[in-house]
Amino acid sequence: MDTALQYNQAARRASADADSENPMLEERAYPEETIGEPLVDNPKMSIRNVDVFYDRDQAINNVSLDIGRNEVVALIGPSGCGKTTFLRALNRMNDIIDTCRIRGELRLDDEDIYGSAMDVVELRARVGMVFQKPNPFPKSIYENVAYGPRLHGMAEKRHELDDVVESSLRKAGLWDEVKDRLQQSGTGLSGGQQQRLCIARSIAVNPEVVLMDEPCSALDPIATVKIEELIAELSQSYTIVIVTHSMQQAARVSHRTAYFHLGHLIEMNETNKIFTAPDHRLTEDYITGRFG
Amino acid sequence: MATDRNEQAGASRLRRGLQKRYRRERRFRGYGLTAIMLGLIALLVLFGDIIGKGLPAFQQTHIQLEISWDREVLGINQVSEAELKQANFDALIKQALRERFPGVDARRQQHQLFKLVSSEAGYNLRERLQTDPELLGSTETVALVANSTVDMYMKSDAEARADDRQITEVQRQWINELRDSGELGFGLNTSFFTQGDSRNAEQAGMLGALVGSFYTMVVTLLLSFPIGVAAAIYLEEFAPKNRLTEIIEVNINNLAAVPSIIFGLLGLAVFINFFGLPRSVPLVGGLVLTLMALPTIIISARSAIKAVPPSIREAALGMGASRMQVVLHHVLPLALPGMLTGTIIAMAQALGETAPLLMIGMVAFIADVPQGFTDSATVLPVQVYLWSNTPEESYVALTSAAIMVLLAFLIGMNTLAVVLRKKLEQRW
Ligand SMILES: Nc1ncnc2c1ncn2[C@@H]1O[C@H](COP(=O)(O)OP(=O)(O)OP(=O)(O)O)[C@@H](O)[C@H]1O
Ligand SMILES: [Mg+2]
Repeated sequence: MDTALQYNQAARRASADADSENPMLEERAYPEETIGEPLVDNPKMSIRNVDVFYDRDQAINNVSLDIGRNEVVALIGPSGCGKTTFLRALNRMNDIIDTCRIRGELRLDDEDIYGSAMDVVELRARVGMVFQKPNPFPKSIYENVAYGPRLHGMAEKRHELDDVVESSLRKAGLWDEVKDRLQQSGTGLSGGQQQRLCIARSIAVNPEVVLMDEPCSALDPIATVKIEELIAELSQSYTIVIVTHSMQQAARVSHRTAYFHLGHLIEMNETNKIFTAPDHRLTEDYITGRFG
Repeated sequence: MATDRNEQAGASRLRRGLQKRYRRERRFRGYGLTAIMLGLIALLVLFGDIIGKGLPAFQQTHIQLEISWDREVLGINQVSEAELKQANFDALIKQALRERFPGVDARRQQHQLFKLVSSEAGYNLRERLQTDPELLGSTETVALVANSTVDMYMKSDAEARADDRQITEVQRQWINELRDSGELGFGLNTSFFTQGDSRNAEQAGMLGALVGSFYTMVVTLLLSFPIGVAAAIYLEEFAPKNRLTEIIEVNINNLAAVPSIIFGLLGLAVFINFFGLPRSVPLVGGLVLTLMALPTIIISARSAIKAVPPSIREAALGMGASRMQVVLHHVLPLALPGMLTGTIIAMAQALGETAPLLMIGMVAFIADVPQGFTDSATVLPVQVYLWSNTPEESYVALTSAAIMVLLAFLIGMNTLAVVLRKKLEQRW
């Protein structure tokens, strides 16, 4: 069966369940084009007509959007709608999944991300990633942060490396907590500290874009606030794409928000607009809690 | 009211069920305990038997004799390589014995007298003179190794002594006389640790087998560890997941189950018959044991690599590390303890392996301690096999003593594996 058809049917069923007394079913079908303003001028990254497949299953369906410079873009949507898949497509982390195939056009500063001229190692240095689950290396805190710069030969001398480690940890708001125990294992930190360590690790190589996959999903409110402050600060020098399940968080930190639904990009707009006056019913259902 | 009764009935049913569950659990624990006890008893019996039989072999009967290092009797003028070869050390011993028992004239009796001392005692004297040339011309009391028949006689109880057919009546008298005067007594069996195999039980040692095992293990370790780890890394990290790698995987597991004698036959056919390597040498033994150890090492190394959490790989890849860097920086350090443990266990298996070595001729009688990888040699378990096959009774204790040494090494290696795992284990 045609995959797109499958998705459409599944979406219909899901929305029919949501409120069955509403007769206006047509409104629930996927829009032909993404609603709102997915495109911007002079984008940092541009994504056009991207499909992602796991074997035969399509996880991302004809998605086109832009990510502006120094912009914070939030990706929201129900579980399993393809946010992680989309995010991982942006720095080719999907390459390591054997079954994953991608189609379409992705550009970083007008360079083709999947083109033969693009070096994966360089790409991942330019587009850093913070994973959903904190995953520090089982090495010292210092080594965790120093790993990237050392890998890419960014800091040759010891004191240069020391400086990079300190400034990265400061930016991640972790320096004061760990400055006396840099040689202790990174895995010995609390969950929130580990997540900030991972952020420090990814910004240590001075990436242009930082991809964050639910960076606060395992954190308490205090640590969450710290990370949100960090995102606000980072957005002055970096471009950030953040996946989150928290509407409040998306509303607080992002400039624009994209709503994904079963692999489709339904609506993308100014964050304010999305949360106050969504154009599409699916978006509205989701952010008002009637879906997912 | 009705619900009340219902609740009560439910509770009592639950209680009855619980009791039954506890009973079942106790019974199950009982089974487990019994199994462990049985295993322990079997182990105790085995160890008790081996140690009981083997311990006496570490002691040896010595005869104190007044040796005069007489130039004439020896037939040499000075201590030099060439002259020592000619020297008649047996004559020294014979003379000393004759002086100790002056009444013994008859040829037959003299012959029996000389047989009290080990027939290789002359070699011991030669070594003594070689290390200390000053002795020439002097007289001293030397403890000489007694013949194994005397040794057996001394170690057995009164009843066994009475019907010991190996010792004649006169010999019995001499032995008693020497023992009563304190000239016949027990000392440490040094030849057991310092010499190779011998046809005379009192001179047989396991140094040859020990060194042979050492050389064999060196070859095995040097080949199987790098090859095994490299294969495991390739299969886990780089090989495409397709039909071919699946077949390879299944066959590695099959190899681990192939009877060891088949590896021996393979070694015989390939290394000796085809490549023309010499027989009975540690090099070929090590090659054959490498074939045996590889599957174990590959399997354990692969599971050690698999145990490294994928999140760490993703983190490193996300930082822009290449696959090779991920392996070198993260996977290998984390998997190394598991790999080492697997390797040590494979080595312990290889150390105890006998059958394949029989096929490549490491079962020959070899008196000399091997000097290198291509000298004829035997190994510890084969030495045990050889001695246990000797009809002479005096080798029984030696066999058990050799088993004790082998077991000590195996236990030592397995302990090392456990300690290493505990020590290097990293939590993430
Ligand atoms: N490695 C994979 N192999 C096969 N299918 C996958 C794989 N990873 C994800 N999928 C499928 O792709 C779809 C999208 O998954 P994805 O992880 O991108 O969702 P998500 O939006 O990040 O969900 P969540 O909010 O729960 O993290 C899901 O249907 C999922 O089952
Ligand atoms: Mg996800």
